[in-house]
Amino acid sequence: MAEQTLIAPITELRRSPAAHLAAEFAAAEVAGPYSVALREVPFQTMVGLRVAPGTDAARRVEERLGTALPARCGEVAQGADSSVLWLGPDEFLAVSSADPAHATAHLVEALGGDPGSVVDLSANRTTFELKGTAARDVLEKGCPLGLHPRAFAVGSAYATQLGPVPILLWKTGSDSWEIFPRASFADYLGRWLLDAMREFHAAP
Amino acid sequence: MILISCPNCGPRDETEFHYGGQAHVAYPEDPYALTDEEWGRYLFYRENPKGLFAERWVHSGGCRKWFNAIRDTTTYRIAAVYRMGETQPSLVSGEKTGEKIAGGAK
Repeated sequence: MAEQTLIAPITELRRSPAAHLAAEFAAAEVAGPYSVALREVPFQTMVGLRVAPGTDAARRVEERLGTALPARCGEVAQGADSSVLWLGPDEFLAVSSADPAHATAHLVEALGGDPGSVVDLSANRTTFELKGTAARDVLEKGCPLGLHPRAFAVGSAYATQLGPVPILLWKTGSDSWEIFPRASFADYLGRWLLDAMREFHAAP
Repeated sequence: MILISCPNCGPRDETEFHYGGQAHVAYPEDPYALTDEEWGRYLFYRENPKGLFAERWVHSGGCRKWFNAIRDTTTYRIAAVYRMGETQPSLVSGEKTGEKIAGGAK
């Protein structure tokens, strides 16, 4: 009789890039008037899209996404099951919690043989969620963009830097931000954020 | 810190950009027909004006697209930015404010 090996689904074996910092993130949470909380949202599905807007291929991709592609820097389009971030005039990132293989296959099919690309980039970046009334103060320590609500509206996302780390910064609510660093920067950026949050522990 | 206006992203800190040298240096139509001296001039010889200079820049920290900028090499003021493939705006002679651009003509 042949030996049988049970292989756990590969998704159960994954370790997110900042999994080892989860306890430190939880301990660093600050309550009160200067509240701030940090956690990792692991394994979001991210599909990189390169397609020239206005072409037939773009129209097929838009139909599959359930939304028009974002047209301007900072714009985020809400699709049927994903949010589409503007990265460049012909470059976009579809973020969702769908199965990455399916999400990618659908868009590959929509693109067909036309110029462009659809790539599963889920493992490229991880997500940090920073929340609280002091979240903007934490980010302002290292982000060159204007983060005042007048300049950075809820629901917009920009490619920028936090400290020396290139990130995508998405404002998901009036006091909540999602930060997408590359996986290899997750440890450094996690510790950078912990350090930037430290002063609010002492606040009254 | 200089603010550079990316044609796609708007004004951003200069640290998000990288420099790409003189703009509008055309690749020779038939490189094999060139003498060594002509090829050397194409590869290595660039203008070095005092004043307005058309340059290539890339917004590597943002949209990752190349574009052209006309920069005054003495004041660092950027007089105009325009996308790759667009005609170079001709600046009014003696123009120093960087605001008015008489566009169109080559």
